[in-house]
Amino acid sequence: MATVELRFSALPEHVRTARLVAAAVARRAGVDEAVLDEVRLAVGEACTRAVGLHQHGGISAPVRVLLIEEEKQFSIEVGDEAPHAVPGDRGSGDGSADADGETEEDEMGLAVISGLVDDVEVSAGESGGSIRMRWPTVPPPTVLA
Amino acid sequence: MDLSLSTETMGDRTIVRVGGEIDVYTAPKLREQLVELVNDGSFHLVVDMEGVDFLDSTGLGVLVGGLKRVRAHEGSLRLVCNQERILKIFRITGLTKVFPIHTSVEEAVAATD
Repeated sequence: MATVELRFSALPEHVRTARLVAAAVARRAGVDEAVLDEVRLAVGEACTRAVGLHQHGGISAPVRVLLIEEEKQFSIEVGDEAPHAVPGDRGSGDGSADADGETEEDEMGLAVISGLVDDVEVSAGESGGSIRMRWPTVPPPTVLA
Repeated sequence: MDLSLSTETMGDRTIVRVGGEIDVYTAPKLREQLVELVNDGSFHLVVDMEGVDFLDSTGLGVLVGGLKRVRAHEGSLRLVCNQERILKIFRITGLTKVFPIHTSVEEAVAATD
């Protein structure tokens, strides 16, 4: 089970909340302070993308964020329920669905994520997609006897 | 933290001072501001980002959109930014090659191509 699970209505105003919660849980999990800005930005980008996919697809389901504290690593998984959201799949299907700029911004979001996070997996299928990102954690200092 | 915007004219340049967070929620406000300035005939913009705490790809998209608009009028859009965490986003996306980025408003105002 996720350490913290967050579900929010696919609205832009909630993305900031997701960023704040993710950064707070990442800090607690032992993610290096210097990397927290990157965590905040990456999770914001992933949530922004999910919100966009839900809004454009008329999907009323919430966006799901799983914050998972594991041994030596911290994972964030942002899930959407948009079907066929195959990353980088441009040109197929009806190209008129997206206003110009939206696809551009979506790809810029993914570019930022892949530029920021070394360990990232983007998956998509008929029932939705997800972006999973992982960061190493620093073990808590040993208590001196 | 919301987005704060103010504008000031210096010669033929218009300074747009931005503060707070530019993200998917607040970026439309910045877009409206830039569109309004261009529609009112301000084609040489300096966006001062020193008060910006957070910028994401939606914000970058708005800045690129602003650049396209001013260029359509042979104008310019310059940025003022010294914050490493904000500059990093421009570097990751290759936009440091697209935007002239200055260390102060004075330098941006004095700059010519």
